Amino acid sequence: MANDLEAINDPGIPAHVHRKADSDPLAAKKAERQVAILFALSAIGTILFIVSYVAIPEDIFVFIPVMGSTNAHQLFLGLGLAFSLFFIGMGAIHWAKTLMPDQEVSVQRHEFRSDEEDRDELVKTAKEGAAAAGLGRRTLIKRTLGLSLGLVGLSPLLLLRDLGPLPGKSLSTTSWKAGTRLVTDPGDRPIKPEDLEVGAVAQVLPAMLPGQDHRVLSDIGKDAVLLIRLRPEEFNLDAERLSWTHEGIIAFSKICSHMGCAVALYEQQTKHLLCPCHQSTFDVTRAAKVLFGPAARPLPQLALALDSEGYLVAKQPFNEPVGPSFWERSS
Amino acid sequence: MTARERIAGNVANYVDERTGAAAWMKKNLNKVFPDHWSFLLGEIALYSFIILLLSGTFLTFWFDPSQREVVYEGAYQPLSGLKMSAAYASTLHISFEVRGGLLMRQIHHWAALFFMVAIVVHLLRVYFTGAFRKPREFNWIIGVGLLTLGIVEGFLGYSLPDDLLSGTGIRIAEAIIQAVPVVGTYIAFFAFGGAFPGEAFIPRIFTVHVLLLPGIFLALITVHLMLVWYQKHTQYPGPGRTEKNVVGYPLFPVYMAKAGGFFFIVFGVTTFIAAVASINPIWLYGPYTPGQISAGSQPDWYMGWLDGLVRMAPPLETHAFGHTISWNILIPGLIVPGIMFTGLALYPFIESWITGDKREHHLLDRPRNVPNRTATGAMALTFTLVALINGGNDIIAQQFHLSINQIMWFSRIGIIVLPPIAFVITKRICISLQRADRELVLHGKETGRLVRLAHGEFIEVHEEISPEKKWLLTSHEQSGPLELPEIDKAGVRRTDAIRNKIRSRMSVANAEVAPKVSAQDLKEIEHH
Repeated sequence: MANDLEAINDPGIPAHVHRKADSDPLAAKKAERQVAILFALSAIGTILFIVSYVAIPEDIFVFIPVMGSTNAHQLFLGLGLAFSLFFIGMGAIHWAKTLMPDQEVSVQRHEFRSDEEDRDELVKTAKEGAAAAGLGRRTLIKRTLGLSLGLVGLSPLLLLRDLGPLPGKSLSTTSWKAGTRLVTDPGDRPIKPEDLEVGAVAQVLPAMLPGQDHRVLSDIGKDAVLLIRLRPEEFNLDAERLSWTHEGIIAFSKICSHMGCAVALYEQQTKHLLCPCHQSTFDVTRAAKVLFGPAARPLPQLALALDSEGYLVAKQPFNEPVGPSFWERSS
Repeated sequence: MTARERIAGNVANYVDERTGAAAWMKKNLNKVFPDHWSFLLGEIALYSFIILLLSGTFLTFWFDPSQREVVYEGAYQPLSGLKMSAAYASTLHISFEVRGGLLMRQIHHWAALFFMVAIVVHLLRVYFTGAFRKPREFNWIIGVGLLTLGIVEGFLGYSLPDDLLSGTGIRIAEAIIQAVPVVGTYIAFFAFGGAFPGEAFIPRIFTVHVLLLPGIFLALITVHLMLVWYQKHTQYPGPGRTEKNVVGYPLFPVYMAKAGGFFFIVFGVTTFIAAVASINPIWLYGPYTPGQISAGSQPDWYMGWLDGLVRMAPPLETHAFGHTISWNILIPGLIVPGIMFTGLALYPFIESWITGDKREHHLLDRPRNVPNRTATGAMALTFTLVALINGGNDIIAQQFHLSINQIMWFSRIGIIVLPPIAFVITKRICISLQRADRELVLHGKETGRLVRLAHGEFIEVHEEISPEKKWLLTSHEQSGPLELPEIDKAGVRRTDAIRNKIRSRMSVANAEVAPKVSAQDLKEIEHH
């Protein structure tokens, strides 16, 4: 074994090499001036900060190469503050490096393990204390204490119940009902098939109910739908899914079936929908079948129909929950 | 005695008579700290934390942590008249109407990024030099805790402005919670006060971000530093440095000046970068709404590996008995990170189990002298880096005109294949470096001077290295593998044979080194 062999000798801490300022008063004086200049630069930085705060209007933009158009007020405030801080640090360190003692010293470490005597005494004290309290003997006390300590945490936990409502069916339902009109987002205008050219994409939401003047984000998070128009012959769908389209217009939930991001990137050439979060790719012509990426399910398809006035409506609610999976989801 | 000395004396006397601080101060002002640039990494993390407290407090004076819907009528014209949350509107207010507000936001965000960089690089330094060994295992675990909390704290922080990008991040976090079997849906509804996004999470994560986590941070950092203080700092090997001493400069005045000065430098550099490099321009993203998204959605870098893992996950879901288990979310989002962080936290104990080494260590290792540990670190880093690269696959595809699918497949295969390759290569490099060290001690360094001998042969003159350098290259320990025979001394087969065999195999692999030079080797060479 290598350790049994004699090691090479430790030559010990190398001798201290004096710096110029240690022996030469002129060099020391020079170092002192350098430190003073650094501290003075910091003071100038603060002055720059104050001047910028007072004198530069907040809405002046200047063009600076690389950075582009930059707000002069914020820029000079920042530069002033940066210099005032940076040069305090430089001054202090230059002071330490040139003028403060630089002789390395060696100090002994101690082992952390306590003396045998102390350890024995501690064990004895602990045992005596436990015995005096009857910790070993009085099992009834021990058990009831354990019980109460175990239970006491339940009360605050129970109080957290009101953090939110129980999920119920809310993840499985959306605002889409049979006959709900599709309206543009933004704008809330109902849509006729002829409003969409072949190749067009539109984000739509369900029309607001009578008396509703305002949408809640939690609803948009489930209701957002993407409307895409292809030539009808481009579809590769079964009869049922084909009946859910209307003159080449097909509708999918915009909420990704993977983690709920908005599936917003539509490639017109390939007819693919891409989620920008994790790159799940869906084929619009085949009912949003997953082509690539981590998503495990197609985007739910919304069945379309026309109402009596010729506007696009939902033929029926989504037939499956939209958005990411959850434990209670059955398919 | 001057008047100034008298006043200082009176104050010191007043404090000491009430606290007895003088004895403690006397001892600790002379506390010795070893000097090395890599010991500054932890300091950067500490100073960034202080910068975060200062700039963060400033931001809270104007930030309105509320999802109440407001109509924006502030200074930034492009968003004028838009409906948005009060949180987003107040962040715009800080950015455009509070003087220095944007600067403070930028300082806060940059400091958070530096904080995480410093923690990770500090962790790598501690890992590769073996500073986590006995007696410092507690501090290692506290450090892993700080890293984990830092990731969470940073994520919550950049979620607070409630812009389109950060809302998308929260959406993904919600999907991870929702994917937890049995209780996920319930936890998500409790956390968000109902269906996503609701109106509860900004105020809630605000409390966690500014009160709960910073409180835990302060407590953990305090213990972390107290342990460094009490256990004394580790030191690199070198002449005069042993396991029993600590060689360096005293706290007062040198270290106070250097460390105090370094705080100002870190603050100054952070401020400079914040002033000239725009980060997280939330006004360009717009307010959050679940129906919209911006292309190229990226988390901050310390979350990037997690996002990369999620992106490369295979599309697996199990549907059975009316329930769904999303392996495509659970594996990359919870199971793999769980294994990574548990392994990280337990590493000191795993290593000491393999080496059987239960002694205190205060001298750091040169990474090459511990090939297995260094190679394991390289393996873990490679895994994380492949994940991180995949977290930016869309940006990389765009910048380098590559196909996103190719990058994804590279990552999916690479994350399994590359780490073992990194292990083997790193281990070989370490052992080669040991051989080079051996060569240097035995034959000196090449001088580049060619000499022609009388009989015509050319030789290169080698120069002997200094005794200090020789000591540095040979002072490390090389202990052989644990001897764990299958049959014990009494001739009985050990009961835990498989465990024993694993330990034995790992111990043998761990002990694979190029033998270091001993005094005998040198003597032998002198005789030639």
